[in-house]
Amino acid sequence: MKDIVIARLKKSAIWVVLLLLVVVFTAANPRFLSMNNLFTVARQVSMYGIASIGMTFVILIAGIDLSTGSIITIVNVMCAYLMVNMGFGMVEAVTLSLFLAVLIGTLNGMLISTIGIPAIIATFATQTIFAGIAYLLCGGTPIYGFDPRFKVIGQGYVGPVPVPVIIMILCFALGSFILNKTYFGRYFYAVGGNEEAAELSGIRVGRIKYLIYALSGLFAGLAGIVMLSRTNSAQPTAGLGYEFDVITCVVLGGVSIVGGFGKISGVIAGVLIIGVLTNGMVLLNVSNYTQMVVKGIVLILAVGFDTLQKKRSIG
Amino acid sequence: MSEDFVLQLKNIRKEYPGVTALKNVSLEIKEGEILGLIGENGAGKSTLIKTCSGAVIPTSGKIIVGGKEHTHMSPQLARENGIAIIYQEFNNVRELSAAENLFLGNPIRKGIVIDRKAMEREAEKAFAQLNINIDPKALVGDLTVGYQQMIEIAKAIQQDAKVLIMDEPSAPLTNAEVDSLYKVCELLKSKGVSIIYISHKLEEIFRLSSRIVVLRDGEYIDTLQTAESNVDELIRLMVGRELKDTFPPRPPAEGEPEVFFEARNVSGNGNKKVNLKIHKGEVLGLGGLVGAGRTELAQMIFGAVHKTEGEFFLKGKEINPKSPREAIDLGIALVPEDRKRHGALLGVSVKNNINMPIYKLISKFSVINSSKESVTTEKYRQELLIKTPTIHQEVKNLSGGNQQKVILGKWLAANSELIILDEPTRGIDVGAKFEIYKLINTLVENGKTVLLISSEMEELMGMSDRIIVFCEGRITGELKKEEFEQHLILKMASDVQEDEE
Repeated sequence: MKDIVIARLKKSAIWVVLLLLVVVFTAANPRFLSMNNLFTVARQVSMYGIASIGMTFVILIAGIDLSTGSIITIVNVMCAYLMVNMGFGMVEAVTLSLFLAVLIGTLNGMLISTIGIPAIIATFATQTIFAGIAYLLCGGTPIYGFDPRFKVIGQGYVGPVPVPVIIMILCFALGSFILNKTYFGRYFYAVGGNEEAAELSGIRVGRIKYLIYALSGLFAGLAGIVMLSRTNSAQPTAGLGYEFDVITCVVLGGVSIVGGFGKISGVIAGVLIIGVLTNGMVLLNVSNYTQMVVKGIVLILAVGFDTLQKKRSIG
Repeated sequence: MSEDFVLQLKNIRKEYPGVTALKNVSLEIKEGEILGLIGENGAGKSTLIKTCSGAVIPTSGKIIVGGKEHTHMSPQLARENGIAIIYQEFNNVRELSAAENLFLGNPIRKGIVIDRKAMEREAEKAFAQLNINIDPKALVGDLTVGYQQMIEIAKAIQQDAKVLIMDEPSAPLTNAEVDSLYKVCELLKSKGVSIIYISHKLEEIFRLSSRIVVLRDGEYIDTLQTAESNVDELIRLMVGRELKDTFPPRPPAEGEPEVFFEARNVSGNGNKKVNLKIHKGEVLGLGGLVGAGRTELAQMIFGAVHKTEGEFFLKGKEINPKSPREAIDLGIALVPEDRKRHGALLGVSVKNNINMPIYKLISKFSVINSSKESVTTEKYRQELLIKTPTIHQEVKNLSGGNQQKVILGKWLAANSELIILDEPTRGIDVGAKFEIYKLINTLVENGKTVLLISSEMEELMGMSDRIIVFCEGRITGELKKEEFEQHLILKMASDVQEDEE
């Protein structure tokens, strides 16, 4: 009986951590648990949450995508440029920007799968390239002055629920659906578990990689659109360093960096932990730099715990 | 008496779950002696020598070296006692020079910096001692396999090895290189180094050794004085017993044989101009030594590796599968040799493994029909008697035999017609082996065609309707059921022909 409880606890350790954090922050500042603040937390993490779906797929197949931040930036700049400088309508601009995001993801897929460049290098290169292109496109200055209806995506509410939170929830649902109900999900786990065996089981591993990096681009692009709408202006540094926060959420959520193992539910917890930590520390007036230290330590603890568990179960 | 021996293994026994790899094997070697060690694949030679290096801990038995008894070795203890093994895979760093490799892990230093000059000087001396001509500055990656092996040997001698164990040292070498290997072995012998020489090639054993130890199925069979023995006797001892009734009977194929699959002049992946026909409903066995080109042919048929020349025909139509997916869609299946690395998806459930090749077929708008998924799984779980608590169990938790059944189930679900089995019973215990054999018969009864690759002679002869033997990428012989004889197959398998080019 005791063993079962311990096993359950270990499996849901991430949720226990989340609960502990909520308790601690509430004790320190009761305002933390107000409905208002909780929605604020959810809204703050919505972009991480959206981008984390694609990153989850990528890490599931033992890959990495460092271009997420740059895709967010270029989608910001591109969408704004199309709307403001070229007079495109909202829908067209958003569609074209998302298409660009998918294209960049596909380029990553090609570099990694067809050419065979290690994912960390390939996506690092595209990160640099598209960060640069974003600067070139906007000339280093912010672009603003959109159609007021565009604000709805990032700033609107449905009842008490912020629109970005709804988008995030839909993305989580879609991610979970892909992983659990479609054959692509089975393929992702298979490729992540053992690429060679997957190929020999009839999976076209190369195509799956294209698909996954394209999806990663798409979800990053979506996060970019939400961000643009929230800030209402496109900054050439909008997504700088975003990939690391997204990777942190995913890894914190128990997706194994060596591939083959992980669930969307864990990633949701990972995203919420980052949100709660950030928000709670702001409420407690913890400085930005201290926050960075704390987040780094939390990442080490989470992954360290997970790794030790696995080591023990093997040994 | 025992002080004459530099190394003695006494009653070494090694048990793995479900398998006894070594059954009370004893062996001793004198100073300055070359001892031949022979046996078929799986006879336990490798396991035995690994007990000497500490890579394998014996279940029971004693290792006597340097006048002391040990229950097992450790890599360090082996080194201290001068036991060195030259494996088939070399432990070298291709990007470093010959000299640096010679002193790998133990470089000559001047303070904290490496003294390259001194190492090169010492290396030159070491190579000269063995009469081998290697530039100490040459990068190991640029040297031929033969020279790389010499560096391994020199390294062992440099570390004061008294007993040198060589596992199939001649396998990767050209004839000229084998000659230098002989010379080095004889030189070392004259210097008092003892050598345990493992080889499939009996001529080498006769040329070098003074005594020969024969193993079979993990058992010690005999020790022979080389001068008083001959090839036939050795083969008889290696092969041993008559075929026992360990193979389920199968009625012979009926009617006119219809060619199901054909390879015409196929080259590539190490194979040269391979021609073979597989008839519908037969089990065609491929015999030969490890690395003879059988697995390589299977990879090409399955589309995992591309052929460079020649054609494949399936049911009379030319096929050219460029990926496993294409081969699977044509009805070809491969149960690979390395079950854990290539065969099963270990971290994935039984259900997902079995459905993996057909997921697209049982999905509508990408969404899996989960009732079909479960029905298929249950069907093959029952048909193949897969022992698993639930179909959701991860395959890594199943026994080897059951893992193999899951892989077979996968191909039956995919409706494969030509099933290539590459060493299907490797690492599987005896009971499960019999079940796999019965399954092979069921496959044939259900109209499937089987290409069986096996290095276990008994299995090959017991299960095949016809055997084709490979040697170094070529077909060296074909035997009909009534012509099956172990020594014939062995002879064909080690039929080393000089390259005509």
